[in-house]
Amino acid sequence: MNKVLAIAGVVVKELYRRKDFYVLFVLTALITMLLGAVNFFNDPKIVRYLKEVCLLLIWVSTLVIAVVTAARQIPAEKENRTIFPLLAKPVTRWQVILGKFAGCWLAAGIALLLFYLFFAVISESRGGTAAAGAPVTAAASGPHDHDAHAEEAHSDDAGAAAPARRALLTYVEALWLHWMMLAVVIAMVLLGSLIFAMPASNATIQFIVIAGILLLGEHLNKVALRQVEPLQTILQVLYFAIPHLEWYDLRDFIIYDHPPVALWACALATLYAAVYALVFLLAAWLVFRRKGLTT
Amino acid sequence: MTTASPYAWLGLLMTVSFSLACTLQPRVVSWRERAGSGDLIKILLGEGRRLFANHFFIRADVYFHSGYYPSIFDQADKPAPTALAGAHDHDAHTADEHERQMAFLGEPRDWIERFGRHFRITEHTHLTGGGEREILPWLKLSAELDPQRVQTYTVAAYWLRTRLGKVTEARDFLREGLRNNPDSYEILFELGRLYHENEHDAVRARNLWELALRRWNEREGRKKAGEQDLFALEQIAVRLARLEEAEGHLARAIQLLELARRASPHPAALDAQIAELRAKMSTAPGK
Repeated sequence: MNKVLAIAGVVVKELYRRKDFYVLFVLTALITMLLGAVNFFNDPKIVRYLKEVCLLLIWVSTLVIAVVTAARQIPAEKENRTIFPLLAKPVTRWQVILGKFAGCWLAAGIALLLFYLFFAVISESRGGTAAAGAPVTAAASGPHDHDAHAEEAHSDDAGAAAPARRALLTYVEALWLHWMMLAVVIAMVLLGSLIFAMPASNATIQFIVIAGILLLGEHLNKVALRQVEPLQTILQVLYFAIPHLEWYDLRDFIIYDHPPVALWACALATLYAAVYALVFLLAAWLVFRRKGLTT
Repeated sequence: MTTASPYAWLGLLMTVSFSLACTLQPRVVSWRERAGSGDLIKILLGEGRRLFANHFFIRADVYFHSGYYPSIFDQADKPAPTALAGAHDHDAHTADEHERQMAFLGEPRDWIERFGRHFRITEHTHLTGGGEREILPWLKLSAELDPQRVQTYTVAAYWLRTRLGKVTEARDFLREGLRNNPDSYEILFELGRLYHENEHDAVRARNLWELALRRWNEREGRKKAGEQDLFALEQIAVRLARLEEAEGHLARAIQLLELARRASPHPAALDAQIAELRAKMSTAPGK
C-alpha cells in the first residue's frame, strides 16, 4: 500500500508542477466573471445562466485534466526510461497501475474541489440558493405578540436553513458523483495508454468516447429500437456494456435548484463506478503484464 | 552589393505597415456595413447564427420548465412543447394539451433507464414567483443573434412586463425589435398591449393596434386563405374593438368585431357581443 501511495504522491506533485490546472482554472474564472458582469434587463438576480456556463467549464476543464494527466503517465515513464528503476524497487506492475490511477484520481479530486469552491462562491455571491431560501417576513405580527413573533422568526430561520442544507447536499452529491465519474474515465485512459501508441491519440480517442457516452449513452436504447437487425442488437449490447457516465452529471440539479438525489441511489452509482474502474484497471494490468517496457 | 542599414529596414517595414493599414481600413468598414453592425459574431457565423438563435430560444424554454425537457430522441415520438410562447393565453384546453405534450418520458424500458431517472429531472414544473427572470439571458442572446426573429421580442416583453414588473425594459426591447422588424404586426400588437395594460395610454395603444392591423393586411392579406395568421388578426381586432367600445365608438367596435368574427374559430361568442353592441347603439342617442 505504501508503494502505491508513494507513486500516487509523485503524480499529485506533477499536477501542481505543471501549468494545465492553473491555466484552466484561470480561464474558467475569467470567463465566468466576464459573463457575470453582463447586464440583462437591469436584473442583478439572474444567476442560472452563470451557473450553467461555470459548471460546463468545470466539466470540460476537469475532463481535460483527468484525461491528459492519465494519458501521459505510463508512456512518459517508458520514454524517460524511469520505468526500469521504478519496477526495480521492487514494485509490481499492478502496484504501478494502481499507484498511477490513485495519483491521477486524487489530483483530479483536488482540482475538482477547488473548481467547486470557486463555483459555490460565485453562485452564492449572485444570490444562489440564499435567494431561494429567503424567509418571508411576517409583517402582520402585532407589537404585543412577542412569543408568536419569536416562534415565527424561529420557523423562518428553519425555513431558510432547509433549502440551504438541501443545496449544500446537492453540491456535495454533484462533487462526489463527478469524482466517481472521473475514476472510471482515468481507469479507461490508463488502459488506453497501454493500447494506443501515442498519448495524443489515446487522449483524442478517449475524449470522443467520453463525449459520445455523455451525449448519447442514455439514448442508445431508443435509437436501437428504430434500427434493423443486426444493428439493433449491436446497439443494445453497446447500451448495456458502456459505463453510463451521464448518471454522474448532476449539473441540472444545481442549476434548477432541484432536491438532492436519494442517498441510496448515489451509493449504488458509486458502486457501479467502482466496478467499472476496477474492470478497466484489471484490463490495464493484464495488458501491462505482457507488454515489453521498451516498446 | 551593400547591406541595408537597420534604420532602412525599419523605415521599409513602417511603410509596408502603413500601406497595409490604408488598404485594409475600407474593407473593415464594408464588413461592418454588411453585417448591419460591428458585431464580430455576425461576421463569423453568417446565416448560421439563426441556428444558434433558435437553440438559445429553446434553451429559454428549457429554463422555463426547470430542466424538464424532451431531448431530440424524445421529440422523435412527440411534438416539442411550446409553453414559453403559448403562455400568453393559457386556458384549460391549452394547459391540458401542454401537459400531454410534456408526458414524454413514459415507462422506463430497462433497468439502466429506470435507475438513470434518479439522476435527471423528471418533474414537470414551470418557473414562478419571479423565477421567470432566468429565461431572459437566453432570449436576449437569441435576439442578438437573430434580430429578425420576432417571437423572441414578444415573448421576452410579455414576461418582463407581466411577471417581473419591468415595463420600461419591455418597452425598450420591443422598440429595439420594431427597429429591426418595422413591418411586424406582432411587435406592434405587443407594444399596444404594453401601453394599454401597463401605461394606461389608450391613445397610443389605439394608434399602435391600428398600425398593426394595417401591417397585418399588408403582409397576410396577400397570402392564401389557409396560410394567414388569423389568430393574430382576431387578437388585434378584439383588443381594438374593446378599446373603441370603451371610448364610445360603437360603430367602429362593431366593425372590428365583425372582422374578428371572420378570423375566429369560435364566432358564436363574438356574434353575441356584436348583437349586444348593436342593441346598445340603437338605444344610445346620437349614435
